[in-house]
Amino acid sequence: MIRFDHVCVSYPDAAEPALRAVDFTVPEGELCLLVGPSGVGKSTLLGAVSGLVPHFTGGTLHGRVTVAGRDTRTHRPRELADVVGTVGQDPLAHFVTDTVEDELAYGMESLGLPSDVMRRRVEETLDLLGLAELRDRPIATLSGGQRQRVAIGSVLTVHPKVLVLDEPTSALDPAAAEEVLAVLQRLVHDLGTTVLLAEHRLERVVQYADQVVLLPGPGVPPVAGDPAGIMAVSPVFPPVVGLGRLAGWSPLPLSVRDARRAARPLRERLADRGPVPVVPPQKTAPVAEVSGLSVRRGRIEALHGVELTVRAGETVALMGRNGAGKSTLLGTLTGLHEPARGTVRVGGAVPHRTAPRELVRRVGLVPQEPRDLLYADTVAAECLAADQDAGAAPGACRALVTELLPGVPDQTHPRDLSEGQRLALALAVVLTARPPLLLLDEPTRGLDYAAKSRLVTRLRALAADGHAIVLATHDVELAAELAHRVVVLADGEVVADGRTAEVVVSSPAFAPQVAKVLQPGPWLTVPQVAAALADEARA
Amino acid sequence: MTGPRGWLRQPAATRSNALHAGAWWLWALGLATAASRTSNPLLLLLLVAVAGYVVAARRTDAPWGRSYGAFLKLGLLVLMLRVVFAVLLGSPIPGTHVLFRLPEVPLPQWAQGVRLGGPVRAEQVLFALCDGLKLATLLVCVGAANALANPARLLRSLPAALYEAGVAVVVAMTFAPNLVADVQRLRAARRMRGRADRGFRALLQVGLPVLEGALERSVALAAAMDARGYGRTAEVPPRVRRLTAALTLGGLLGVCAGTYGLLAARGVGFGVPVLALGLLAALAGLWLGGRRSVRTRYRPDRWGARAWLVTASGVAVAALLSHAAASDPAALNPPVVPLSAPTLPLWPAAAVLLGLLPAVVAPAPPRSDSKGAER
Repeated sequence: MIRFDHVCVSYPDAAEPALRAVDFTVPEGELCLLVGPSGVGKSTLLGAVSGLVPHFTGGTLHGRVTVAGRDTRTHRPRELADVVGTVGQDPLAHFVTDTVEDELAYGMESLGLPSDVMRRRVEETLDLLGLAELRDRPIATLSGGQRQRVAIGSVLTVHPKVLVLDEPTSALDPAAAEEVLAVLQRLVHDLGTTVLLAEHRLERVVQYADQVVLLPGPGVPPVAGDPAGIMAVSPVFPPVVGLGRLAGWSPLPLSVRDARRAARPLRERLADRGPVPVVPPQKTAPVAEVSGLSVRRGRIEALHGVELTVRAGETVALMGRNGAGKSTLLGTLTGLHEPARGTVRVGGAVPHRTAPRELVRRVGLVPQEPRDLLYADTVAAECLAADQDAGAAPGACRALVTELLPGVPDQTHPRDLSEGQRLALALAVVLTARPPLLLLDEPTRGLDYAAKSRLVTRLRALAADGHAIVLATHDVELAAELAHRVVVLADGEVVADGRTAEVVVSSPAFAPQVAKVLQPGPWLTVPQVAAALADEARA
Repeated sequence: MTGPRGWLRQPAATRSNALHAGAWWLWALGLATAASRTSNPLLLLLLVAVAGYVVAARRTDAPWGRSYGAFLKLGLLVLMLRVVFAVLLGSPIPGTHVLFRLPEVPLPQWAQGVRLGGPVRAEQVLFALCDGLKLATLLVCVGAANALANPARLLRSLPAALYEAGVAVVVAMTFAPNLVADVQRLRAARRMRGRADRGFRALLQVGLPVLEGALERSVALAAAMDARGYGRTAEVPPRVRRLTAALTLGGLLGVCAGTYGLLAARGVGFGVPVLALGLLAALAGLWLGGRRSVRTRYRPDRWGARAWLVTASGVAVAALLSHAAASDPAALNPPVVPLSAPTLPLWPAAAVLLGLLPAVVAPAPPRSDSKGAER
């Protein structure tokens, strides 16, 4: 269905080609997963399928890409619109109209389908994706998972043979991600659609894949094969594969179910052991205190009666579905939202009454999009500005950048950094003012596993240094690795607050894969298990 | 639809019986025309009340439905500005009731005829109030149309040849709220850099990143639209293409010439026929041009009996008030000199109430809750 024939893509101003010697075929009705670290050309490869590379992006494509027998060299994206449906990373940038039903019909209108066909397909798609209740809703009022489903629906109505998706679940909470993946699964099984998708959060998707295409590094030719075979050699892999590799299971399990079957001996071996307990700091001074907090945003009460105390040296993960009030809570701690009731104290100050210059010494926030925090056009200028903003000694920020982000030259434009590097730069800028409380909003979005583990190391060091860290995240694996405590928000209220192991294991949506596999053992992460096994070997 | 009088009650609004957006606009323009015919403050207030009642009864919870408040505020602002200017600059209205005196600024010879400050008379203020109220009423009528009819739906009714222009407008309209959200996000981020997040300078400094973001989003949207088949065209024989161009150009020229004829003193004789011919030619050109596009329309708005009734109510208000303004000018444009309390003329007031018809005949929107909205 999709065929890459010795494809090589290069952009005029780049020294290296973005893709080299890409050669693989995706048969009809398969779900093919594209994996690899950041910056290896996954998006370019996806763009080549829909014809956007090179027709829209520029650059040169050598070789041949054929989709359903059509050569993308002679067919422009709009002429492939009836066979390829593309959904990009940001569904909001995909919408042309303003209500759900019109959006679903837009593609069919462009193709000139007769109106009775359009009507039938819109109804079918509304049912298929569970959107019937939302049909008249303006798109601006939808939640993240709903938007993603509408975006998928809007390309499904033209009945494409191929569906191309770029990180469809990375912005979604675990439940919404399951929802989207269930839909994809259904398309592949019931309608025989061929799906090609790129995703960083492999733990969510790898068990559904029929074929995995691995891009090991920039400019390195991709390897295609069956999921278990590729996962055995891939530099990026989900925790369940990490556990399988550690325990030497063969064949390598990809789903929690398969791993549980293989894990009986491991569970018995680990039965009389426990992970090294993560001791939250005891009786340190509280850095932030929130009591009885209610916040209204427009007509909606975004937070209601929230109680939270964060102590120095403690790492707290805020979890909950999209729209549960996580970002609002972080915003209130930084004084963006005024409490309707209750009190907020950060380092003794009331955030919304404190001048920004004072506040940065008490609390620092790395926003969901780290780029929002960066204004200058070189790293050096950014550091200089950060020193001035924070009133720190000249060179303080640069020293932090060198520590967090070694090997980045002064003259680099922040835009040219990778996602992970940009996050590190924003973190350095925020840390320049030495705030005792550090807030991170969805820090692992768009990060590959290597960047994520670097982030985990850094944040651990900061916590050991006495920083209090609060992170709002959908990433259960990150929370399991990092947090001492997990606070679950639902509809603006705190519904759970306790030690990570207790909160996370008791809920199927928030449990990390290792916990699910080794249940009822208290294990959360692969490194914990690895440490215990090494301990056993030594004994 | 229950009970013996069920057929008389308006149905709940769904997509298939939604009132044509054009009907709402014609109704609102009818009210606006009526407002432009009178300066009687009681009649104007009655018009505002009628428009407001219909909006309250028939608007939906959609974002455009909330724009009515903004138009009301804009109207109030216009009214206030009009009065303030009249007080400061004076007006040629004669009058005897001096309310108070402002210190008069002496102006040089060349600014003769302009006055700054000086006596403020009750007649002036009253005239400015009525005049400002008229402008405010016009704005409120436009706001009512905007709140009742999705502007995007109105654009969807454009002829196929103008489709691209319509899409550009729709995209621009959805971009504005995104831009506002971007500004808010970046100002919040400024706060985290320890810089002031309020004030004009803060707004200026986030300008560049906001524009960058908007540009990136437009490129992403263009890519998405291309991949979804935007701009697919059908083959059109060159003869038809040339004919289209000739008809459109000729038609537009005809419209220009005809309008000139109508407005100029001499050409009254040929004005109307040339204008009509030009319009016909331009419409034919648009219709032919539409053949280039392969697009079809999904569930276009239908112009049904209810749309006719809504339009008719607007047109009736406009026609009756125009008639009244001609036959009874003293009641509709009461003189401010000598000063007197305005009275409500009975028949024109009854005519304005005809504008309430849409609140009865238009399909009633369901009262949806805003659950599931993003926080």
